[in-house]
Amino acid sequence: MTLYFKYLLILFKSQMQYRTSFWLLSFGQFFIPFSVFAGLYFMFERFGDLQGWTFYEVALCYGIVHMAFAISECFIRGFDAFSSLVVNGEFDRLLVRPRSTIVQVLGSKFEFTRVGRMLQGAVVLGWALIYLPVDWNIAKAVTLMLMIAGGVIVFSGIYMLGATLCFWTVQGLEVINVFTDGGREMAQYPLNIYAKWVTRFFTFIIPFGFVSYLPLMFILDRTDGPAWLYMLMPLSSFLFLLLCMGVWSIGVRHYRSTGS
Amino acid sequence: MSAYLSVCKLRFINGLQYRTAAFAGLTTQLFFGLIFIMVYVAFYNGSTKALPMELNEVVTYVWLQQIFLGLIMLWLRDNEIFGLITNGNIAYELCRPVEMYGFWYSKLLAQRVANTVLRCLPIAFIVLLLPQPYRLSLPHSWSSFTLFLIALLLGLLVTVSISMLIYISVFWTMSPVGSIMMIAVASELLAGMILPIPLMPIWMQNITYFLPFRWTVDFPFRVYSGHIPYMEAIWGIAIQLIWLILLIAVGTWCLRKALRRVVLQGG
Repeated sequence: MTLYFKYLLILFKSQMQYRTSFWLLSFGQFFIPFSVFAGLYFMFERFGDLQGWTFYEVALCYGIVHMAFAISECFIRGFDAFSSLVVNGEFDRLLVRPRSTIVQVLGSKFEFTRVGRMLQGAVVLGWALIYLPVDWNIAKAVTLMLMIAGGVIVFSGIYMLGATLCFWTVQGLEVINVFTDGGREMAQYPLNIYAKWVTRFFTFIIPFGFVSYLPLMFILDRTDGPAWLYMLMPLSSFLFLLLCMGVWSIGVRHYRSTGS
Repeated sequence: MSAYLSVCKLRFINGLQYRTAAFAGLTTQLFFGLIFIMVYVAFYNGSTKALPMELNEVVTYVWLQQIFLGLIMLWLRDNEIFGLITNGNIAYELCRPVEMYGFWYSKLLAQRVANTVLRCLPIAFIVLLLPQPYRLSLPHSWSSFTLFLIALLLGLLVTVSISMLIYISVFWTMSPVGSIMMIAVASELLAGMILPIPLMPIWMQNITYFLPFRWTVDFPFRVYSGHIPYMEAIWGIAIQLIWLILLIAVGTWCLRKALRRVVLQGG
C-alpha cells in the first residue's frame, strides 16, 4: 500500500510539471459530461417525471454514478490504459519485480485531470441533496458513501476485466466501453426503467444495481425490507472485484510477452 | 480535382483497414442505441402530456444517429493534422502543389465516409429487424427518403467545414485542447446529439436555430421520419447550402490568413 501512495505522489508531481495544461484539461473535464446533464434536465422539463421518479431523485443517481466513474478513471487508469503496457512489452518488467502486479499496474498511470469531472458530479450531487425532501440520518449518509465507494469498485473491476482481455488480444478492445461508458450512461438513471434483461444483467452479473438502484430506494424511503440489508448491498461490489482479480491472475499466467 | 479525389481514395482504403475496430464499434453502438431508446420508452410510457414527437420518430432518430455516427459526429479528431501544425511538418504540406483547404477537406471527408461505410449497413440491417418498439421505421415515403439523403450529404459537408475551422484554429492556439473541447461539448448539445431538438425547451430551440449545428444532425433525421414536411425540408436544404458556402468561405479565408503568418514549429 505504501508503494501505491509513492507511485501516486510521483505521478502527481510529474503531472504538476505541466500546470497550465493540467488546469485546462481539468476545466474541460468539468464540462464534458455537462451536455449529458443538460440533456437529462431538458428531458425532465419536457416530460415532467420519469415513471414516478422526480428530477432531483434522478440527479442524485446521476451524481453518485458520475462521481464514482470519475474517481475510478482517475485512480484505476493504469488498468484502463493497460494495453499499451502489453503492446510495448513493458509488462515483462513488472513481472520480474517482487511486488504484486495489481499494485504496479495501478501505479503505472493516474489521470488527475479527472478531478474536474469529479467536481461536476459533486455539484450535481449537492444540488440534488439540497432539493430532495429526504430526512437524513447517519444510516443514509453512510449508505451514500458506500454507494460511491461501491461504484468505484465496480468500475475498477470492469477495467480490470478489460485489461485481462489484453493478455489474449494484445490490443485493447473497444467492447469494454459497453460496460464502462455504457454502464455509466445506464446507471445514471434508476435501473427499473429498463427492460428486464438489462436490469437483471446489470444487477446480478455486473452489480450496478446493488451499488446504485437498490440502496437509492433505501435513501428515498421506498423500501420495506430491513434497512441494514440495503445499506450493505454496495459491499457486494467487493465480491465482483474479487472475481475480477481471480480472472486477472489467470490472465497473468497466460501472458506471453510480445517481445519488444 | 483529381488530386483531391485520389487523396479521398487513399484515406478511404486506409480507413477500411481497421475491421476489428469497426466490429467492436458496431456492438458498442447497438448497445448505446438500445439504452437510449429504453430511456425514451420509459419517459414516453409515463407521460400524459402532448409531445412534439412520436415515440417511433424518436426511436428512428436514435438509430439513424448511431448508424451515421461517424459522418455527423463533430468530435472525431484527426491527430495527424494537429500534429502537422504543432510539430512543424506543415512545411511539407505547403510544398505540395495543391490548395490546402481542399486537400485537408477531402482527407477529413474520406475518413468519415470510410469509418461509416463499414458500420452503417450491418447496424441498419440489425435494427430494422428488432422487435417493436426498438425497431427502426422505414422512411416516411420515397420522397422523404430522397430528401433525407440530400440533407444527410449536406449535413456531412457542413460538419466537415466546421471541423476544418477547428483545425485551422490550432494555428493560433497551438494546443488542441481547451477551446476545442468547449466547442465540441456545446455543439453536441446544439446539434441534437444528446436529444432531438423538438424535445428541448423553447428557449434552447431558439438558440439552436441561429447556429449551423442543428442542420448536421437534427434536420436530416427528422426529414427521414417525415417529422419535417416536404416544403420545410426543401427550405432547410437551402439553408444548409447557405451555411455550407458561408463556412467554407470563412474557412478558406482563415486558412489563407493563417498560412501567411505561419511559424514553423521546428523539431
